Amino acid sequence: MDAWSRLADTFLNWKYIAEVVPTMLSYGLLNTLVLAVCSAAIGMVLGIVLALMGISRNPVPRWIARIYTDIFRGLPAVLVILVIGLGFGPIFKDLTGLSSPYPLAIIALGLMAAAYTGEIFRSGIQSVDKGQLEAARALGFGYGPSMRSIVVPQGIRRVLPALMNQFIALIKDSSLVFTLGLMTRERELFQIGQDFASNNGNLSTLVAAAIFYLVLTIPLTHLVNYLDNRLRTGKAQKAEPDEAAAVIGKGSHA
Amino acid sequence: MSQFESGSLTGKNLHLAFGSNKVLRGIDLHVEKGTAASVIGPSGSGKSTLLRVMNRLIEPDQGDILLDGRSVLKDSPDELRRRIGMVFQQFNLFPHKTVGENVAFALRRLRKLSRDEAWTEALAQLDKVGLKHKAEVRPATLSGGQQQRVAIARALAMQPEVMFFDEATSALDPELVKGVLALMTDLAKEGMTMVVVTHEMGFSRNVSNQVVFMDGGVVVENGSPDQLFTDPQTDRLKTFLSDVL
Repeated sequence: MDAWSRLADTFLNWKYIAEVVPTMLSYGLLNTLVLAVCSAAIGMVLGIVLALMGISRNPVPRWIARIYTDIFRGLPAVLVILVIGLGFGPIFKDLTGLSSPYPLAIIALGLMAAAYTGEIFRSGIQSVDKGQLEAARALGFGYGPSMRSIVVPQGIRRVLPALMNQFIALIKDSSLVFTLGLMTRERELFQIGQDFASNNGNLSTLVAAAIFYLVLTIPLTHLVNYLDNRLRTGKAQKAEPDEAAAVIGKGSHA
Repeated sequence: MSQFESGSLTGKNLHLAFGSNKVLRGIDLHVEKGTAASVIGPSGSGKSTLLRVMNRLIEPDQGDILLDGRSVLKDSPDELRRRIGMVFQQFNLFPHKTVGENVAFALRRLRKLSRDEAWTEALAQLDKVGLKHKAEVRPATLSGGQQQRVAIARALAMQPEVMFFDEATSALDPELVKGVLALMTDLAKEGMTMVVVTHEMGFSRNVSNQVVFMDGGVVVENGSPDQLFTDPQTDRLKTFLSDVL
């Protein structure tokens, strides 16, 4: 009985939760979203470039994309964030006059996202039937325009669920920027929860952070499932008269 | 009565190898303007590859290609392919575009028609294959036969001088073959220069006016349907005909 109330106090102390929620709402949530959305944007743009390099007929870009992908997929996220955030801090400050590592954190997350996104795009583009490229070329489109207007759009459509998953991963990985020691106003959900937790000697504020994350990620997960289902089965289709006839025809042969 | 600006097509001594695999070993083929030539032969004989070499989807290792008597190897291959329409076994319609957009797309981008002109022209082409009413739907909602008719409309919309058909009915259910063959027959009668790779011996014999028998990457016999079907000269053609007829 005593153990239950102790646990409840440790994880669900409403006083501490009530204290942290306004802070999370005023900038923590925003920072998490800014980190995730901006790094996702970098990841998408760089990812599509990597994917196109990866399927190039020229081996040089293909190898560059390969090496980049292997490095950024092979390293722990926290290590990349620290190395880029701290290591490039001074140069970044000389170049831009900004002393905050916040933009560098976005870049670090974006560079890692690009490695994963690039592989997602590449697999999508390569999964498009080669008859599509052939048909576009047979009409008189060059290789580039055929890829751009026919093959790549189909490939991207197919990997939308995987891309959403990547975005969910970014929302969670954005918590790792706490290692850079950001200014108060730059802190995101996890670090705010963590700061309050160590000040109060109570984990309830981390539970509050957890709930914020779940409110973001669970609907997105279900959106992924919905997209996945719709892409796989398509919208309900009306059978064509001669398709119906074909079915009847087949039956009559049997 | 020809309604097409069709041209003659000639392949001279065409060679192609993939590594050590010699697919074409010196093909000579002339298809006169307004002629429907069917190309028959066992699978693996290089028929489909020959089509792809003659519109330079695959560049030949050696040989020359003439359209209307003029060599086209120095021209841009994209330019050549605009002049030769191609229809595939698997239709290869663009699934992310509507039926109408499938036809209109190249008109807009390659023939540089305005959006409205391209759409009007696409509808006219679809009307010819009896599918104008399907312009707004996606290809996936159509039957195989309908999809292939759209693919034919898409190729014809570019006003090609020659049409290639690569086993255009092989992927269709038997009940749907007839409609596509009827369309191809009309085209042949209207004077389109056609090269038709086919397993439909009925089409080859009754509709085409030239039959080309290929085996092992060479043209073994070439002549009128009567010559090849009733009086085959080589054992290879006799064997082939006894296998398929």
